[in-house]
Amino acid sequence: MAKLKTRNEIRFILNGEDIALTTVAPEETLLDWLRLNRSLRGTKEGCAEGDCGACTVLVGRLSAGRLVYESVNACIRFLGSLDGTHVVTVEHLRGDGEKLHPVQQAMVDFHGSQCGFCTPGFVMSLYALWMRSPEPSDAAIEKALQGNLCRCTGYDAIVRAARAISSYGKAAKDPLAAERKAITAKLAAMKDDSRVEIGSGKQRLIVPANADDLASVLDKEPGATIVAGSTDVGLWVTKHMRDISPVIFIGNLDGLCTISENKGVISIGAGVTYSDAFSILAKRIPTLGPLFDRIGGEQVRNMGTIGGNIANGSPIGDTPPPLIALGAQLTLRRGKKRRTIPLEDFFIAYGKQDRQPGEFVEAVHVSVPAKGKKFAVYKITKRRDEDITAALGAFYLTLAKDGTVADVRIAYGGMAATPKRAFGVEKALLGKPWTEATVETAMAEYAKDFTPLTDMRASAEYRALAAKNLLLRFFVETTGTKAPFQVSRYEAA
Amino acid sequence: MTKHTPNLKAQKISGGVATDQRHDSAHKHVSGTAVYIDDMPEPAGTLHGCLGLCTATHATITKMDLSAVRAAPGVVDVLTAKDVPGENDISPTGRHDEPVLADGKVQFYGQPIFCVIAETREQARRATRLAKVEYKELPFVTDIGDLDPRKDKLVTPPLTLKRGDAAAAIKAAPRRLKGQMRVGGQEHFYLEGHIAMAVPGEDEDVTIYSSTQHPSEVQHMVSHALGVPSNAITVEIRRMGGGFGGKETQGNQFAALAAIAAKKHHRAVKIRPDRDDDMIATGKRHDFLVDYEVGFDDDGNILGVDFMFAARCGFSSDLSGPVTDRALFHCDNTYFWPAVHAQSAPLYTNTVSNTAFRGFGGPQGMVGAERVIDEVAFAVGKDPLEIRKQNFYGTSDRNITPYHQTVEDNIIHRIVAELEASSDYTRRRRVIEAFNANSRFIKRGLALTPVKFGISFTATHYNQAGALVHVYTDGSVHLNHGGTEMGQGLYLKVAQVVAEEFQIDLDQVKITATTTGKVPNTSATAASSGSDLNGMAAQNGARQIKDRLTDFAAEKYQVPRDQVVFLPNRVRIGNQEIAFADLVKQAYMARIQLSAAGFYKTPKIHWNRDKGQGRPFYYFAYGASCSEVSVDTLTGEYVVERTDILHETGRSLNRAIDLGQIEGGFIQGMGWLTTEELWWDGKGRLRTHAPSTYKIPLASDRPKIFNVTLADWPEASEPTVHRSKAVGEPPFPLGMSVLHALSDAAASVADHKVCPRLDAPATPERVLMAIERLRAKTRV
Repeated sequence: MAKLKTRNEIRFILNGEDIALTTVAPEETLLDWLRLNRSLRGTKEGCAEGDCGACTVLVGRLSAGRLVYESVNACIRFLGSLDGTHVVTVEHLRGDGEKLHPVQQAMVDFHGSQCGFCTPGFVMSLYALWMRSPEPSDAAIEKALQGNLCRCTGYDAIVRAARAISSYGKAAKDPLAAERKAITAKLAAMKDDSRVEIGSGKQRLIVPANADDLASVLDKEPGATIVAGSTDVGLWVTKHMRDISPVIFIGNLDGLCTISENKGVISIGAGVTYSDAFSILAKRIPTLGPLFDRIGGEQVRNMGTIGGNIANGSPIGDTPPPLIALGAQLTLRRGKKRRTIPLEDFFIAYGKQDRQPGEFVEAVHVSVPAKGKKFAVYKITKRRDEDITAALGAFYLTLAKDGTVADVRIAYGGMAATPKRAFGVEKALLGKPWTEATVETAMAEYAKDFTPLTDMRASAEYRALAAKNLLLRFFVETTGTKAPFQVSRYEAA
Repeated sequence: MTKHTPNLKAQKISGGVATDQRHDSAHKHVSGTAVYIDDMPEPAGTLHGCLGLCTATHATITKMDLSAVRAAPGVVDVLTAKDVPGENDISPTGRHDEPVLADGKVQFYGQPIFCVIAETREQARRATRLAKVEYKELPFVTDIGDLDPRKDKLVTPPLTLKRGDAAAAIKAAPRRLKGQMRVGGQEHFYLEGHIAMAVPGEDEDVTIYSSTQHPSEVQHMVSHALGVPSNAITVEIRRMGGGFGGKETQGNQFAALAAIAAKKHHRAVKIRPDRDDDMIATGKRHDFLVDYEVGFDDDGNILGVDFMFAARCGFSSDLSGPVTDRALFHCDNTYFWPAVHAQSAPLYTNTVSNTAFRGFGGPQGMVGAERVIDEVAFAVGKDPLEIRKQNFYGTSDRNITPYHQTVEDNIIHRIVAELEASSDYTRRRRVIEAFNANSRFIKRGLALTPVKFGISFTATHYNQAGALVHVYTDGSVHLNHGGTEMGQGLYLKVAQVVAEEFQIDLDQVKITATTTGKVPNTSATAASSGSDLNGMAAQNGARQIKDRLTDFAAEKYQVPRDQVVFLPNRVRIGNQEIAFADLVKQAYMARIQLSAAGFYKTPKIHWNRDKGQGRPFYYFAYGASCSEVSVDTLTGEYVVERTDILHETGRSLNRAIDLGQIEGGFIQGMGWLTTEELWWDGKGRLRTHAPSTYKIPLASDRPKIFNVTLADWPEASEPTVHRSKAVGEPPFPLGMSVLHALSDAAASVADHKVCPRLDAPATPERVLMAIERLRAKTRV
């Protein structure tokens, strides 16, 4: 391997200005930098944990050479992770001459603001949506706004504004669209295949040049904090004031962001965001589409990664249960050594995963369910969207020709200290005819498989009851009923 | 504002009353240029504060070692109770039960015990974590379910309302039942959290920029805490990023500490708590346990009602007295209780001191009333809507409230009749029955609930307002009043009133930040009173100037006074018309005073709390909503399929603003009764203190079909400002229709024979558990 260049500055574009920073604290957030260092105070702090969206800005990045602008939460986005991007804040929006931008004018005309504090965030989320989809459906509007809280308007005025934006101007004529080529070229030029290292001692951050470089960095710095989307680690800093140095930023890293399919097995690099994975997963494993739509808000999905969701080992991560049900495999890497294990074996106990020092999650591999297999995943939360799981059940069923259960894998989140299989339930189903009577018998096994906790999201009793009822829902779904078997906001597409 | 050339030929001014103006700051909101306090440029050398919160629920502090805090990088000072130069108290009602910083004893988990002042906000936050505090734990109680409302400690004297002999009426009734309902609290979740920035001046002076609905109170509290006269303190607020009652009293602490530090160190000091600290350390809507007993006949006519409203007030009184009073004032909602006894119990608990929140206890009272209606409906086997209608207040009789005020302006019959028709209630009721009969797991529910909300502060002296109006020699107007802007469009509405009064275009009226230096002794912008009070005060100020201009014109042009007529942007004097600005210029040259202090006090109202009698409300505001839901009876998950609302605001000053209040109020009320749950653990710690754990509605929680109509026929029965009516709080309880629709869907699993007694917030968990209870009952 050719020796890598090392660079000691972060380079990106802020609105219309080229930025190069040689001093960046590992835990410095984009929001604080914008507000305190740049006095760009249109971007607000509402919660400092990526839930309210008042701090929404756009980050443009090259994804496989193509420039994409995505909404992100500046409050939990680390400044050091912005190398090679174009950061766009509300101050950059403008219409012709003195006029407001179409998104802004629509919001004004439809009375989309009251107190106005959340408004810049809404404007930025709608801006991202409009550039991508100038005539969005209501479902698309609501999905784009899942990560934006408004306490005044009740949202209807904002949605009315969102529907009307294109009557105020053409997305194709937007300044960002017009500057697309130039920005793409600039960002491409910034990618000089260097490793970025800033700071020293207890204030150190590293952006590896690519996945191989990450492997060598981590080999030397086994105790470093690995940050992909920072949707979790961001809170370590903003809420718990934890030191994360030395930190390695791996978001958008070459060699870690590919998603590919080979012989029915989809391999997802650890740096693939939910949003990037959605396009392929929702097509190849359609059951996962609606689940992905309920993970975080749009900003979190644009930042957060499936790899991070696995690596942080949370018992309430939304992707491990369905991946475990599907029999996914996980590849871990240290230096040049790789090992691949069943995903479910990665989760050892609460806060403990099978990851050795210096090792990192490189990819997860999941088989596309064969024809005839039944697969479902159900997430239960207090609020439908942008809420953390109370209980989540994933079911993968193979029926024999005689209608008995040939194979079944059931995995849950929120029901134990780790994502966990319902082995007792599976056993009670295996070999039995797939009937409601069998299901009812198996439902009794839940009490042996799980002893859930009571917390602010749900009581143990509710978790236990709802979790086992999900098996009944799964059964009803597999009967191919035309009657509704769950509530939904939108008719199935 | 760009220089404006008024149209001197216009038939109508632009932006007068009863026109749909956009929010005056909308263009700044969308471009990020609207300045909130944290966006103001800080004076050089500004310091930053962070509160140190205690980690015991009820305890005496045995040791507080702050040496590591003081030694931390950037720390300039650490304030404790002994650093408060004046009185260590910010109790808004003068009960001396709420310290700025706890002194020796803490009464809830998260009570502030010290305040770090550092060079940067981050340094202050980091240093705060280094405190070593030891406690001697005392017994604590956080849940009112563990308390006896008749015996246990109260934070403020309770209220009893009675009319007739409720006990006898219930006893004599052909049928009776009793029950209990839990109604949850609510976090305000204003998007802009609390913040205060204090800038020291000379002598004892200090100016405080405070995100507050009540600048005069902040002024008073800071003056007490500093031990200086009120005239040394100036409090200013241009806009808040949301208030909802959460900034009526709760900003006092941050303002007081910022001011103390600013005076001590002669530097500006800003305190902006992190969202989690804000949610832990500041008060919320009171949750209630409502005990009820009702006597009724076989037709569902209610004959007598007895209520006990027990509230979790937290460790201090704050506004719990008037909040629990207002719960009782609304325990009738739109219903005539022939005999009624209602009692409040503002209970002491080891939780944060609960405070004002849109509706101010009223919604909790109404939810209790609606539960009673539901119980009676299930008992006699009728649609709850029928029971509602047959128990409505009459228009000429059956119109005396439990507090002996006559309901003189009742329009609920027409509101509900119109909504029942426009929402197609009767037909949908049948459709839903058929759907439920054929759907095993998903059940639909439908409910139509009314709202009557009393308008005025029940503390009668609060019903006054001042305004300051200047007319400059170019004819432009500077407007100031005691009301605060938190997004509700108050500034705009008052400016519309002033534009209308002078007959000048709205953009000739400059709206300016609320400050105690311009209008003194103001009331909180609360109780939906903002435009009623400040609109009238500003109108009064404008009228004084207009009167002087009229006198001047009549004299100068030698015409009778009635021949001076203010036309759009001009004045007709006899046979000639001159521009408003020209008349103003001439008046100035003639040394006519072009500035006025306006004033208003609400007439007719009075209230004797000891007797529980009076006319606390100037008038009532009305509305109704109808919601349909789908519920998954396997998990309790639900969606709101459709909501229809008909609400009235009299002759609206600005229908666009009012619609925004109605839509937003409904969604906020729906959130309160559905997904917004405050949860304390066994150690008395609030665990829902961030948006990750506390779930307010999202865009995707709106009803799938949402039809909101502002009734165009009502006008205020009293001479309010242009016959408009208040709109801040009245739409909030419209959210009740969602709770009752959920209850209706749940009831379907037991063939509508058992009252589901669905408590609030009706989270999916509560809905499922209610369904399970009903299933268990029908199995027997």
